[in-house]
Amino acid sequence: RISNVLLCNVTDRVSFWFVVTDSSKNVTTVPESEVEAAIRMNRNRINSAFLLSDKTLQFLKITSTLSPPAEPSTPVWLIVFGVVLCLIVAGIIFLIVAGIQQRKKKSKESTERENLEEKGEVTVTVENGIPCETLDLKAGHINGVFAADDERFTSL
Amino acid sequence: LSVPSEIPKEDGRPKWDNKFQYILSCIGFAVGLGNVWRFPYLCQIHGGGAFLIPYFIALVFEGIPLLHLELALGQCLRKGSIGAWNTISPYLGGIGVASWMVSVLVSLYYNTVLTWVMWYFINSFQEPLPWSVCPLNENRTGLNEECYESTAVNYFWYRKTLNITPDVTESGTLQWWLILCLATCWAIVYLCTIRGIETTGKAIYVTAICPYLVLTIFLIHGLTLPGATEGLAYLFTPNLSTLKNPRVWLDAATQIFFSLSLSFGGLIAFSSYNSPKNDCEKDAVTVAIVNSVTSLYASIPVFSVLGFKATTGYWDCLDRNIINIINEFDLPEESIMRQNYTAWIRFLNSSHPKKIAGLKLKSCDLQEFLDQSVSGTGLAFIVFTQAIILMPGAQAWAILFFIMLFCLGLSSMFGNIEGVFTPLLELRIISKSIPKELLSGIICLICFLIALCFTLGSGSYWIDIFDSYAGSLPLLVIAFFEVIGVAYVYKIKRFSKDVKWMTGRKPNLYWQITWRFISPLLLLIVFVAFVTLQIQKPSSYAAWNPKYEDFPMKEKKVYPPWVLAICVLLAVLPCVFVPLVALFHLIKRMRRNKDSSFAPPEVFSCQGANS
Repeated sequence: RISNVLLCNVTDRVSFWFVVTDSSKNVTTVPESEVEAAIRMNRNRINSAFLLSDKTLQFLKITSTLSPPAEPSTPVWLIVFGVVLCLIVAGIIFLIVAGIQQRKKKSKESTERENLEEKGEVTVTVENGIPCETLDLKAGHINGVFAADDERFTSL
Repeated sequence: LSVPSEIPKEDGRPKWDNKFQYILSCIGFAVGLGNVWRFPYLCQIHGGGAFLIPYFIALVFEGIPLLHLELALGQCLRKGSIGAWNTISPYLGGIGVASWMVSVLVSLYYNTVLTWVMWYFINSFQEPLPWSVCPLNENRTGLNEECYESTAVNYFWYRKTLNITPDVTESGTLQWWLILCLATCWAIVYLCTIRGIETTGKAIYVTAICPYLVLTIFLIHGLTLPGATEGLAYLFTPNLSTLKNPRVWLDAATQIFFSLSLSFGGLIAFSSYNSPKNDCEKDAVTVAIVNSVTSLYASIPVFSVLGFKATTGYWDCLDRNIINIINEFDLPEESIMRQNYTAWIRFLNSSHPKKIAGLKLKSCDLQEFLDQSVSGTGLAFIVFTQAIILMPGAQAWAILFFIMLFCLGLSSMFGNIEGVFTPLLELRIISKSIPKELLSGIICLICFLIALCFTLGSGSYWIDIFDSYAGSLPLLVIAFFEVIGVAYVYKIKRFSKDVKWMTGRKPNLYWQITWRFISPLLLLIVFVAFVTLQIQKPSSYAAWNPKYEDFPMKEKKVYPPWVLAICVLLAVLPCVFVPLVALFHLIKRMRRNKDSSFAPPEVFSCQGANS
């Protein structure tokens, strides 16, 4: 009830002291701690009544409890970290597996060559450490100049 | 018989896919975090544009000759640092071991810096950015005290990232979030170096080119920010009187030296994978010039952003004062603007001096804001992040910035790891049956486990120690012995013949003079000056102590003796290998002399090795 709020010491800058009386008991002022607690609980309602905010309406000695910033249940950085880590581990596994496969292919080729040499059926001519058959299969070009020249040389 | 040209390994040694990959790897190794956060700072404190004079002189007389020397050495000998120096002369083998040791020590702590970059990167995906707001204290009545007294950016760096202890002797606990990021960083390094240059050669296309793209974007954006021109003018206004201070020349010499990543053995390793007939002279000049131009290019966006930050701080200071004055004098809103602030202040000071004095207004000076110069991690994680908050679309700028830093650091890590990896591959101790993937995995795992020490609360103090002692002095010593070794043990005449065989022309007078006299002399002077300055300065460090009375200023503390002993050990350990190995071989030879059944050491030459 408005009649129970008395204003005093009104200043220029819209600031004022106030006390709250309790009309149910003999006109005594409600103690400071209770008023403080009440204001704390209903800060929002008081602010919106004046169309003000915590920053523009200040109660001396009553610090407003600030609302914490909204925190998602899992911190965002963990999600990003998980994505990055998964990509990297996938890359590592892919490279290792590719390397192992390459090595298996190479060792299979060399064991095949060894078997052939043991049997003595095919002598594999090697040029610079590479079997001649693979040279033909690889994208090597047959140099027409040299191929033609072969006929001019006398056979030993 | 014509041989197909795609045989990748003529002598079993891997090769670069093309010349561009090799040049890009060298440039990526040289261009690192120092180009972004050390060179602009040096420019600023040493008289702006005037600093370019000693910088250019150091580049011509110290940087380019040493770079050419290392690239030619690796290309001719086709071995990593240990093998190369052993081949030149067994007495000089210690130089290779020292290089290898330094690469190991630097790899350990360099990746932890990348850990911090990665942590900031993955935290940049939030709105608002976590370093822009202070968290609340326990009873939610106000902001966290440590954060409130310093700034939100400082709090996020020192508390949320490092969780720093107030003293280097207090180790604190392992920070689990940093361990996760460290593991990720080492996994990325492993992924890229898993098969040596076969994989780094592909990765370098991204990590070496990306920073230039981001720098260009920041350049364009930075120049449009208010206050950018003040920052740039401040940076580049030459103040020639600073050149009288010998400290400036020393800083220029050391900056060029560390910026080109010489003496790590990484450059020797990179060029050893080249074909011998390659123009290493042109390569050296190219890499050195690109490195210096990148430093200059990077300082423009950095200083535009710093100018923007200083201007915004200045405006905030003015605005706060204006609000105080308006409140005090009950003036209408917008009566005092930034433009007429000084006029109003003068008027009010003459009419109501007591009231103005009672307000205790802070004096706002743009020069003071510009003078707050920082280098190193402070620039990236405190100053720049604060500037990014002020930009619209802060998340995108933060993400771009940290991607750029990560790429810069990662390409330098490739060189470091290659400097460790290549000599190990060539040692006969490592049997040929260990696949490359396993060896690089072992190296990365061991480095990760040792680097866990840097994730302790006192980790950043230890990184500063490693950076100042292991990553500075030994490099100067190694470089000095490199030049002396090639010029006077291997003899310049032989070296010139080798270079002529590789490039097709004899090294001209410039190279002869610099290799023989100027570079060794310059290195000796720089080394002596550096050591003198280090000894004169009492070894202290700045600690972040919330309980300090002058907090948020950092507390100056002195290293305890056991930490000093570690510092000296870090600086001396790589250097001591140079005389040790020479002594070892001398003793071996003296013993063999007694037997009189030894074969004389072969005279080595480049052409002989490659014919």
